[in-house]
Amino acid sequence: MAHPLKCDLCTKPATVHLTQIVNNKVHKVDLCEECAQAKGVTDPSGFSLADLLLKASLNPEPVAAGVRCEQCGFTQADFKKHGRFGCPACYDTFGGVVTPMLDSMHKGTAHTGKVPQKALARKTLHDRLQRLEVDLAAAIKAERYEDAARTRDEINQVKHTFGQQPAR
Amino acid sequence: MTIASLIDSPSELTEASGSKTAIVLMTRVRLARNVAGNPFPGWAKPAQREEILALCKEAVAATPAMKRSLSLSVDELTELEKQILVERHLISRELSGTKAGAGAVISKDQTVSVMINEEDHLRIQVLRSGFQLKKTWAVINELDSAIEDRLDYAYSATLGYLTACPTNLGTAMRASAMMHLPALVIASQMEKVVRAVNQLGMVVRGLFGEGSDASGSIFQISNQTTLGESEEEIIKRLGSVLSSIVEHELNARQKLLETETGKLQDKIGRAYGILQHGHLLSTTEAMNLLSLIRLGVDLGIFPDTHRCTIDRLFIEAQPGHLQHAQHGEFEPGQRDLLRATRLRAEFANFAKPNFTPRSDGPN
Ligand SMILES: [Zn+2]
Ligand SMILES: [Zn+2]
Repeated sequence: MAHPLKCDLCTKPATVHLTQIVNNKVHKVDLCEECAQAKGVTDPSGFSLADLLLKASLNPEPVAAGVRCEQCGFTQADFKKHGRFGCPACYDTFGGVVTPMLDSMHKGTAHTGKVPQKALARKTLHDRLQRLEVDLAAAIKAERYEDAARTRDEINQVKHTFGQQPAR
Repeated sequence: MTIASLIDSPSELTEASGSKTAIVLMTRVRLARNVAGNPFPGWAKPAQREEILALCKEAVAATPAMKRSLSLSVDELTELEKQILVERHLISRELSGTKAGAGAVISKDQTVSVMINEEDHLRIQVLRSGFQLKKTWAVINELDSAIEDRLDYAYSATLGYLTACPTNLGTAMRASAMMHLPALVIASQMEKVVRAVNQLGMVVRGLFGEGSDASGSIFQISNQTTLGESEEEIIKRLGSVLSSIVEHELNARQKLLETETGKLQDKIGRAYGILQHGHLLSTTEAMNLLSLIRLGVDLGIFPDTHRCTIDRLFIEAQPGHLQHAQHGEFEPGQRDLLRATRLRAEFANFAKPNFTPRSDGPN
């Protein structure tokens, strides 16, 4: 008999063997009884092979220390430990780590589905308002009163549009 | 509405079954969503979790679909109540295991449930009995847009909806169907089906057990990938995979009927006997026996109207439901006794099997 396989997540002998094909690539995961239980291989609602692959593939990589998500303080080491990110902004911070993973994990690397139009429209207006407030302060400071008046009108107009949007 | 009245209300799963649900028992679509600018639940501090819980509960409960609903926090629930919600597929085992700052909003008819602070801030789920992928997607799409009226979702133009785990990025959608495939199991073809379905980027799991020997021969088939395809494309692809599985199951039934009539009738007849006279039944055994009776209904051996009894018993034979009906908590050994007693009572009045072939043929 061949030598026993070791669990991908710890070092105990593996007794549960899973094979799955994602995007024409064969992926194999070997787990011990305990890790299989813990990862919910027996729990239909919780198990995803892609998840396990993610964790297993992260283990051998060296940790790039130092990078921290500005928003939530998450590090790459945290990601290796949890297999989950800290906050939405982590995708910007750790883009270099995410992009190569997506190719083996998904059908494509760019989103082509639903767009949250209403939320995005609110954000666009919000960002525009912030820029205008900055402009206004600068105009007042430089005593450019004509510019300031124009900017104030624009702000009121944006605020009016905002009022019609359901505010959060 | 209270948790007690929710538990005692009939659910979509057990009440709506008919000949249309013969092979696909249930369709389910789930969307993961997060609130922009906030840490994901697994990384959030307790106070942040509470804040998100309150914010999301309010936003979800304010949607038209949730006009009649129950908002609950996980820490208010007893272990048994949690188990019952898990057995009804209304919350996940993961959510039931969290302590503080997690909850769910569940519609009165139990077709919609939104988990809050599971792996993502929101896990929106809609279920429908039978094979109704498009309809289920339409319903959840509308609900999602109604929630989006009230919450700013974390979203990126290239990565789509941002989720705690990169495996859910993009549409963040998991569409699935719960299928009863007894003939493929009897004919030992399930492994082949699992492999073929995997190659198409879909996942098969036993709903109540694991791998290809799921108890009750009930399997859940869902999409594996979420990024790089639109929701409609995923639904369409999954739909065609499901249709082809239905076809394979029907072929396997036909073949069993033609070549192994005696073996098939013996299995169904014995299942009937044990359910009527057994005194100790584990969950797995009960599920397997019920599955054979359900196959018998599909083949015209039992009346079509009995299918919904079986679907109800699939759920009621689960440990949580069984203990709830008995008003107490019991050791697994005692449960097997109770389960058998319960099933004997149900089957005392069940129609006798009619093994003479019908002229109009099975569906
Ligand atoms: Zn292990
Ligand atoms: Zn972050």
